[in-house]
Amino acid sequence: MSEQATAIAENTSLGASLDTIAPGRKNLGRALMALATAGLAIVALIQIFHAAGAIGFGFSTWRPLLYAYILWGVALGVGQVLTRGEEGYRALFLLPALLFTIAMVVFPTLFGFYIATLDWNLSGTPKFNGLANFWQMLRDPFYSNALLNMVFYVLAVFVEYVIAFGLALLLNAQIRARKFFRVVFLLPLMLSPVAVSWMIGKSLMEYRFGPAATLARKLGWENPAFFASPWSAKISIMLLDAWTFIPFLMIMLLAGLQAMPRDVLEAAKVDGASAWQTFWGVTFPLMLPVSVTALILRIIFKLKLADIVITVTSGGPGGATDTVTSFIFREYRDRSNVGYGTMLAMVYLIIIIVFVTLLLKLASRFVRNVT
Amino acid sequence: MTAEAIEHAPSEVRSPAAFLTSRVFIYGALIFWAFICLFPIYWTITTSFKTAPNVTQGHLIPWVDFTPDWRGWRSLGLSPDTIGGTSTVRDEFLKRFFNSVITSVGASALAIVIGSLAAYGLTRFRYKFGWMKNEDISFFFLSQLILPPVVLALPFLALYKGLGLLDTRIGLILLYTLMVLPIVIWIMRDQFNSIPVELEEAALVDGLSVWGAFFQIVLPIALPGMVAAFILSMVLCWNEYFFAALLTSTNANTIPVMVASQTGSQGINWWSMAALSTAAIAPLAIIGVLLERYLIKGMTAGAVK
Repeated sequence: MSEQATAIAENTSLGASLDTIAPGRKNLGRALMALATAGLAIVALIQIFHAAGAIGFGFSTWRPLLYAYILWGVALGVGQVLTRGEEGYRALFLLPALLFTIAMVVFPTLFGFYIATLDWNLSGTPKFNGLANFWQMLRDPFYSNALLNMVFYVLAVFVEYVIAFGLALLLNAQIRARKFFRVVFLLPLMLSPVAVSWMIGKSLMEYRFGPAATLARKLGWENPAFFASPWSAKISIMLLDAWTFIPFLMIMLLAGLQAMPRDVLEAAKVDGASAWQTFWGVTFPLMLPVSVTALILRIIFKLKLADIVITVTSGGPGGATDTVTSFIFREYRDRSNVGYGTMLAMVYLIIIIVFVTLLLKLASRFVRNVT
Repeated sequence: MTAEAIEHAPSEVRSPAAFLTSRVFIYGALIFWAFICLFPIYWTITTSFKTAPNVTQGHLIPWVDFTPDWRGWRSLGLSPDTIGGTSTVRDEFLKRFFNSVITSVGASALAIVIGSLAAYGLTRFRYKFGWMKNEDISFFFLSQLILPPVVLALPFLALYKGLGLLDTRIGLILLYTLMVLPIVIWIMRDQFNSIPVELEEAALVDGLSVWGAFFQIVLPIALPGMVAAFILSMVLCWNEYFFAALLTSTNANTIPVMVASQTGSQGINWWSMAALSTAAIAPLAIIGVLLERYLIKGMTAGAVK
């Protein structure tokens, strides 16, 4: 929080302490919150007992519980204002987002850890089977294969970075029609990955008469089946994904280049540094913080890669292009094995959290050492 | 002094020939990449006007190589001669299209409202929820960004089944809001931090409440940032496929699901697929061209300091 923000917080909390709250109003607020909580609990209990078959009455779906939660959230907000006055008004800014995120992330994730221990295909009754899913996962060659593929996909980010840096330098150069080129270079990012997989993956790279295949034949590749062999398929997927996401890296790097202090560059020029020396001695080190931010964001997006794989190759040939997400998607689609799929997803979540935490630690140390 | 001049400073000073070479190289590279970006789009749009022989023979340039034909658009019911009549395919397409519009606009709007409020609170006041202070709360929101959709997908499948929200637009809107909320909070925090706090102090002195100051003073200034966040959210929601494929079946399908389901079928109709893809990417391509400024603003928020 900035110093200014601290100033206003103290300033207004001074005002808040002057505005005393009547005990009656405070009690009203507390009563309201208690009532709402009790209401939510009652609705939840009725529904749980109803679902378990213990009582005859109840609702046909769990949706009333959702409404009860929303009502509870409103009552909580009103209660905050009633009991805490000015402070309550300020809490109202944060409450909606907080309640929303808790309901949508924290609860489903915890629920997910529970599902992960079930043998369940959504239609039948769930059966608890402990860590059986976990042991099955360790023996599943396709899952470890998908994890390994993710490593290659993440490494491809660095190639994207080099290209994006080059493009950013080009756009930052003294050129005409800069706006035109910027718009054109940004365009691939706008397009839906699913449409892109058809436009490029299934049509441009089509084996028989796609222009990319024709071009590859002319260049001497006799049999340009982009998605037939494991490595060419993997590289083709990387290319498709790079095509959509290079603009993202490029825009961030371009912003970094435009924010660079001009006097440092001028000094380098006065000292007689060549373009090559200026880049490695001045531009690149100054760009490191932006580069690290852009790379980390890009890697985070890369870890979610799925749409293109699902629509173009559905993981094939033989799982060579599978990402974790696409593998779980198929695991659910083909066998509707919710319990096992969730276990895979939860393990992936833990791996990602550890990996990104390490990455952030490494990045902060790396950037500090250089600058 | 510009960066390009620095990059090529020696050549610029020394010889016109070297300068010319660097110019040729720069424009060559720019045009090459512009070609890479535009060709797939060009190919898709022209293919939607081709007939089968034109596709198989690899014809590229309309009127020179082949005569444009409305066949692809006719199969969608969107060609000039079919647009007046009734067409089940067109109704289907329009239904998906409006599902996409409603879900992406709804989710972006909801995310902007609750995200802006939270971002404002986090930049201006001090909170404490148990052990969590402002930094922790911010981190809690932003850390949602690393959450892969697949982690939530199957629990949501089970939850939505129980809640009766499967295959509804509301269900998708809620999930998409969740997906873009961290990005909105990131952008809006940056935006509010750049607004001097003295403005609100003056408003408070004038007798406005905290909320009054927010709505009357801060919001108008923060509007460009909100537009940027809104457009970026729109793009992400419009293109989302994974959740839509899992959680919708017949009623709430979005455009990407429709496109993907067509590619799976045997013997693809190239022209109709091309027409469908064109229709799916057109809205965002137009937004991208017209509102590029805001998109860049949104993407670079907080990146450069």
